[in-house]
Amino acid sequence: MTESRSTPESAVSVRNVYKVFGRRPQHVVKKLKEGASRDELKSQGMAAVIDASFEVAPGEIFVVMGLSGSGKSTLIRTLNGIQPPTEGAVEIFGQDITAINPRQLRSIRREKISMVFQHFALLPHRTVGQNAAYALEVRGINRADREAKAEEALQLVGLGGYAGYYPHELSGGMRQRVGLARALAAETELMLMDEAFSALDPLIRKEMQDQLLELQQELGKTIVFITHDLNEAMRLGNRIAVMRDGRIVQNGTTEEILNDPANDYVAQFIQDVDRTRVLTARDVKEPPVALLGAEQGPRAAHRLMREHQTSALCVVDQAKRLQGVVYETDAAEGVATGKDTLEGLIRPMPTTAPQTVLAELLTAAAEHDAGVAVVDSDGRLEGVIPRVTLLSALADPSSGDFQTIPEEVQV
Amino acid sequence: MSSAALLATEETESTVIPRLEVGQWLEDGFNWFQDTFSLLIDWADVVFETSAEGLAGILAAPDALILTLIFAVIAWLLRDWKLSLLTIPLMLFIVSVDLWEESLETLAMVAVAVVVALIIAIPLGILAAKSHAVSRAVRPVLDLMQTMPALVWLIPTLFMFGLGMPAGILATIIFALPPGVRLTELAIRQVDSEVVEAGHAFGSTSTQILFRIQLPLATKTIMAGVNQVIMLALSMAVFAGFVGGGGLGGVVVGAINRLDLARGLEAGLCVVMLAVFLDRVTASLGSAEGSTLARLRRRRRSSSQHQEQQNEQEADLEAAATKTA
Repeated sequence: MTESRSTPESAVSVRNVYKVFGRRPQHVVKKLKEGASRDELKSQGMAAVIDASFEVAPGEIFVVMGLSGSGKSTLIRTLNGIQPPTEGAVEIFGQDITAINPRQLRSIRREKISMVFQHFALLPHRTVGQNAAYALEVRGINRADREAKAEEALQLVGLGGYAGYYPHELSGGMRQRVGLARALAAETELMLMDEAFSALDPLIRKEMQDQLLELQQELGKTIVFITHDLNEAMRLGNRIAVMRDGRIVQNGTTEEILNDPANDYVAQFIQDVDRTRVLTARDVKEPPVALLGAEQGPRAAHRLMREHQTSALCVVDQAKRLQGVVYETDAAEGVATGKDTLEGLIRPMPTTAPQTVLAELLTAAAEHDAGVAVVDSDGRLEGVIPRVTLLSALADPSSGDFQTIPEEVQV
Repeated sequence: MSSAALLATEETESTVIPRLEVGQWLEDGFNWFQDTFSLLIDWADVVFETSAEGLAGILAAPDALILTLIFAVIAWLLRDWKLSLLTIPLMLFIVSVDLWEESLETLAMVAVAVVVALIIAIPLGILAAKSHAVSRAVRPVLDLMQTMPALVWLIPTLFMFGLGMPAGILATIIFALPPGVRLTELAIRQVDSEVVEAGHAFGSTSTQILFRIQLPLATKTIMAGVNQVIMLALSMAVFAGFVGGGGLGGVVVGAINRLDLARGLEAGLCVVMLAVFLDRVTASLGSAEGSTLARLRRRRRSSSQHQEQQNEQEADLEAAATKTA
């Protein structure tokens, strides 16, 4: 056991947590620490979580990713004490929940943590409104207040006016929105989401992911999200912990995991990731080779292009705002007709915000030889993504072969 | 075989195994129980007697036809108009064979026995669902209660209360109780663990989880148990005729003694009529869709929702109208 204190600003701090099911859990933990493998100890106890440590900052979406049986669902349940860890410390906003009595634990669950479940876990005998208000009811808040808050939460998830319906009258996606509303109505800083979108069909799932990201921006909750779907993990997560056989095998940002997988297991996992939906313009942009001032003429443009061996140049004004692009052929024509300015030669260039995913750039990049310009919210040029860069970013770094470019990139 | 074994045994047919006086030991135990809890037994005697006779009196107070109508209305509220229509010939049959009062007595006995059985069975079932130890301890006792031939229970209850209704009621309770416990335990264990987990995750106490999540979700199965308890109680209440329990059981026992086939069949058919009525009515308790009450409640809710939607639409139209203006 390490004695390091978590930084007080962590929302969640998990240190060396073990969870073993079976008759002699302590014994199994001891053996695991001595280096025994999980499989050797199977007859004595099932080690679901082995030596897990991580920190989650407030306002962060932390994703725990792993296949079924990797221990991720058990891990998330140690965070609110539904599965008390066999050993190790779990701190929620600085309070160690492994060292408190049941009454204190309940009050932490009421005030600090809410949870969204894979199969929604709604109460079928209660209306949507009563379900959404459940956490408040348990806390003893009066009916009028809790109904108002529940309706507010339902509106946040797009179910305003559905309070009177019963869960069985709603579709799967709507039911999970109720589950989300129930967690939001509790107004806790921390939300645990256990495979929350896994039971939904792909279109609804994407919609829910978008909505979660929106809500997160709006409300700034700290979210621990469990999933077995790496695409989902990468879409949602600020940071991702990959679990395998009870252990966290890698904990890092999306880019770190994609570009620097810790071991073969993670590498194998990310093979199937749709990189076009994970990498953003910011991740792959390059500084422009050269810039052309709006006041310069076709001659200067032509010379710069020859110098840098490029067929197109971005044109910016003095504030570095993008004006467009000049192609070599146009510049040559301008020189031939003796023009002094670039007027009439500047063509529009597709632009994008830095956080756009690559999938949305493919069409634009296909139609414009100069690639895509990355601009900030004021229109200032941050960089460019030439077509070649875009294509190579999509290739899997673990295999240097161009043939592994995903099928989607048939541009 | 050996001479020693021959000497030791007196009454068993086997030459090796000695005769065990199991029955005697149990009787001694029973006598001890009777002496120790005599106050409790006296109290139970009074409670059973007065409640069953009081209830029978109340049921017998209105005219048979009026009570038949009341039963029909109950059937309509708890199920539908079809059962309500069925109820009337069932009851009229009983009246027409002149066993109405005896049937009401049996009904009252069954009601008291069922209420007491459920008061014991449901909490016990809940405890058994919450604790494996209780579950393991209770199971063999339930097996014993259920598999011991029903008539045997009449002997100790006869010792405790003497001839009369209370002895029959206690035997009925013992015989009818087990499915109540079993199905309650099963019902609670069956509740979706994720929903219970959700209760914990939002900080519910175990009492809140029991009353707001487990019991409501277990109702259907518990009601199936209640139905079983009622059916078993009805069959046992007839046996109670052997200890002077009166009612239809008394008629049956009398018919046996006099070898009166006609009267025996009439009494037996009355039991069948009561059984059909009680079964159909209580079977619908579990399913929410089945009852007229639930349907009425739903209709009211959906009409109010419809109203709300209409109001909203009107408001939207008004807003649109003012905008265009």
